[in-house]
Amino acid sequence: MRAYNQKAWFFVLPVLMLVAFNALIPIMTVVNYSVQETFGDNVFFWQGLDWFEQLLRSDRFHAALGRQFLFTGLILLIEIPLGVAVALSMPRKGIWVPVCLVTMALPMLIPWNVVGAMWNIFTLPEIGLLGYFFNNILGIPYDMTQDPLAAWITIVTMDVWHWTSLVVLLSYAGLVSIPDDYYRAARIDGASNFAVFRYIQLPKMKTVLTIAVLLRFMDSFNIYTEPFVLTGGGPGNSTTLLSIDLVKIALGQFDLGPAAAMSLIYFAITLLVSWVFYSVMNNQSDGEG
Amino acid sequence: MRKRNIVSILYILFLLLPIYWLVAMSFKTTNEILAGFSLFPQTWTFENYKTIFTDPTWYWGYINSIIYVSLNTVISVCVALPAAYAFSRYRFLGDRTLFFWLLTNRMAPAAVFALPFFQLYSSINLFDTHLAVALAHCMFNIPLAVWILEGFMASVPKELDETAYVDGYSFPRFFTTIFIPTIKSGVGVAAFFCFMFSWVELLLAKTLTAVAAKPIAATMTKTASSAGYELGLLAAAGTLTIIPGAIVIYFVRNYIAKGFAMGRV
Repeated sequence: MRAYNQKAWFFVLPVLMLVAFNALIPIMTVVNYSVQETFGDNVFFWQGLDWFEQLLRSDRFHAALGRQFLFTGLILLIEIPLGVAVALSMPRKGIWVPVCLVTMALPMLIPWNVVGAMWNIFTLPEIGLLGYFFNNILGIPYDMTQDPLAAWITIVTMDVWHWTSLVVLLSYAGLVSIPDDYYRAARIDGASNFAVFRYIQLPKMKTVLTIAVLLRFMDSFNIYTEPFVLTGGGPGNSTTLLSIDLVKIALGQFDLGPAAAMSLIYFAITLLVSWVFYSVMNNQSDGEG
Repeated sequence: MRKRNIVSILYILFLLLPIYWLVAMSFKTTNEILAGFSLFPQTWTFENYKTIFTDPTWYWGYINSIIYVSLNTVISVCVALPAAYAFSRYRFLGDRTLFFWLLTNRMAPAAVFALPFFQLYSSINLFDTHLAVALAHCMFNIPLAVWILEGFMASVPKELDETAYVDGYSFPRFFTTIFIPTIKSGVGVAAFFCFMFSWVELLLAKTLTAVAAKPIAATMTKTASSAGYELGLLAAAGTLTIIPGAIVIYFVRNYIAKGFAMGRV
């Protein structure tokens, strides 16, 4: 049981100041832009909520948002089950454990634009390993700069390659915390593999899996660098996710007002979904402890 | 390795393929790369690596990245330690709200903040310094460090604190000589994750730097576009960015999985 002590605020103060400096000032700048119009030269006009209204009705925003949800949905659907499956098949003891953990964590430690560049090299039609394999050995035409479907498959595969290990590490941490006695008891009862998974392993992984879903949701929803380097949002607009579209509007066209309004709506959506996950997670741990 | 390990073996193969391709390409000459497909380098060349180690614009990219990443890791862990202690030991007005607010900064899309950050750090004359990038990365690393450390600290029984006070330790002395050594694996894990997220982030690092503190990743994007199609050089630079992470992960290999599992949100 933790004691009430308001002096604890002093401990939190440095964190509070640093994060507030980085978060509050920029977000106020964004809010400020979102209600104004500018024609350059630092001259601003009051615009009210027009940008928000315009944005919520614009087809371009709806399309980018739709693509973003499709992307994040696919990522969660693939990475979570795959991560659990890999974690289940990993050895529990022995010299292979550190080997597995280190190789699996490797993709997460590569700078994001290098990941994009790496997959670009990997998938080049004539000279990349994957591109060559599909085009010249399997005979399946594959060129992600021309074909939207190929581009989608490539960015999803890239993200699976990049981030599934996070789910694996989390699930694995949940799995190794199960005492051997549980498995022995299950064997005596003659439980099937599926029953062991359903009634022993899955419940133990519940908390870490919620964290995994939360982290993967936040990060895939905010993804920018990797798809930008890999496809640049193309072909056409087919892989222009929210962040890419936002940077196009803000830095490409320098439409600060609409970009700021879009930023706020974007942030609000991320916040809302994450808050739902966070509450679910808190309820869970309250229920258990 | 038994039959049930097959899924993880296949998965590791899948992870290693693109990395293999990157490394293989870094040892090929540009001519060989553009001439057509070859599974192994036909003529091994170290030219690409030689360029990187002799050209200051290249190797300073690495030095810059390592400077701001280390700076960020030190700042994040140092301020997160007392805060995590407060969250794990005390209840205070607004603690849950504050914790969630900290986490929301992990959720903010970097793209949203790029332009305001540029203006903010320009206005306080920190633009194009290592400190600017290190401070900017605090936005998502401090919440993460607090989260991880809080998990580790919560698993240390409160009796430890009480015994130390009875023995006449002052709080600062207890905290630095007893408490921090007790959770040193947690500090390692937190430092690892700070290092990792600062090392891989590019958008903010690129926005906040021009010449003096330019990260390696930004040097790469520039080369990719300006020098045409120097794929070999790009591959060599990419290969070198994997190494620091691989070294760091080796040291914390036994704790990484634990680090997240212990974090209670």
